[in-house]
Amino acid sequence: MSIPAELRYTPEHEWVSVEGTVASVGITEYAAQQLGDVVYVSLPALGTAVTAGEPCGEVESVKSVSDLYSPVDGEVAEINTELEDDPSLVNAEPYTSGWMFRVQVAADGNGDPALPADLLSAAEYEELTKSAG
Amino acid sequence: MTSFAGWQMPLRYASETAEHQAVRHAAGLFDLSHMGEIRVTGPEAGAALDYALTGHLSAVRPGRARYTMICAPDGGVLDDLVVYRLGEQEFLVIANAANTPAVYGELRSRAAGRDAVVTDATLDYALVAIQGPAAAGILSPLVAGTDLGAMKYYAGAFGEVAGRQAWVARTGYTGEDGFEVYSWPEDAEAIWDALTSAGATAGLVPAGLAARDTLRLEAGMPLYGNELGPDVTPFEAGLGRVVKFDKPGDFVGRAALAARAASGPAKQLAGLVISGRRIPRHGYPVLAGGKHRGIVTSGAPSPTLGQPIAMAYLEAGAAEDQPDLAVDIRGQVVPAQLTDLPFYRRSN
Repeated sequence: MSIPAELRYTPEHEWVSVEGTVASVGITEYAAQQLGDVVYVSLPALGTAVTAGEPCGEVESVKSVSDLYSPVDGEVAEINTELEDDPSLVNAEPYTSGWMFRVQVAADGNGDPALPADLLSAAEYEELTKSAG
Repeated sequence: MTSFAGWQMPLRYASETAEHQAVRHAAGLFDLSHMGEIRVTGPEAGAALDYALTGHLSAVRPGRARYTMICAPDGGVLDDLVVYRLGEQEFLVIANAANTPAVYGELRSRAAGRDAVVTDATLDYALVAIQGPAAAGILSPLVAGTDLGAMKYYAGAFGEVAGRQAWVARTGYTGEDGFEVYSWPEDAEAIWDALTSAGATAGLVPAGLAARDTLRLEAGMPLYGNELGPDVTPFEAGLGRVVKFDKPGDFVGRAALAARAASGPAKQLAGLVISGRRIPRHGYPVLAGGKHRGIVTSGAPSPTLGQPIAMAYLEAGAAEDQPDLAVDIRGQVVPAQLTDLPFYRRSN
């Protein structure tokens, strides 16, 4: 199972990729496998203010429905409209074409994005998936 | 993998949608060894089952199967069952895994005083099912001792599969043609492997519980715990045909079931096709004319229809009074279309 080293992760099985002050968000391959075939993704509307750790959408698979959490604070800047027609991208390519939304994150005093301190590294996330069995 | 009634079961091997489509268009292989097998044997085995179940089992010929139910004295469904008559004095009752201890206990007490022996033989059997239009072609060359081509639906025979002793039956829970192979547990792996290699070129794939659930839902088949339970009789589920009032003698639940048949059920199982992509799930309210008049029992995206489908219990008359049906999907009211069950019927 793939856990790209360059990404950051949450215990809710989201991944975050930060470029400048924009954070791209999706769910991990582990999450996609646990959910099974994804049939519908409900994403936050553009401009929505999202809060780290709070639900901002839903991921429905054949067998279940799960909340989608924002891993960061900020404003939704872009959503992956491809998922409307083809939610199976989440299973096929969770880290690339299956991305879900992008958040404009506030900058700190140095111009760096203000990210939650508790985002996990790839190694920490891998540990978490192992302990989850 | 998932825990299911004390068994570790594969929910899916890869994509449940691909597994579903393989069963509809080629074949799927299921490990169903969790199902309960209860043996009922003896000179009065048939009479004991006639009293214990809703069906007329003593009239079933050896080598044939029946879909039937076991009800409580008040008519509530304790389980739905497939019963094979293996021989003149030998029946095999297939129960849902979670219900097997209860069914076994009821059969024992209901057979008391008759010349019949009831045994929980669940751990004596493994069960592998091969289902789909390609199933007969894949299985036949591996079978010795019986002619699958001549085997009727809901029939079974002893034979050998890949050189191992088995009871092979033309039964299933997918809406497709297919077979269920009951073997000794130690032979199941060899049978599974032989079927896997024999079916590779025909598109056979292993299939898990998730695909089994969407297949049976499209085929309009009830699932215990969803459509069936102690609070419904077979009549609410549209399965009144399994209650054989014309069989001789009394049977458990007869009086209550006769009353229910005469009065008509207060709710009825219906099929719904849903707009959009969100899935109506077990327990979601069904609205008729904006009022809560029913409840979803099972729902899933239908790979065959390309739309979400559901079975639901509707209050009698609700759909006739108020044709504007909808499902409340976590606060969103989504229009639903009433449709006849099953959602899918195979063409051959």
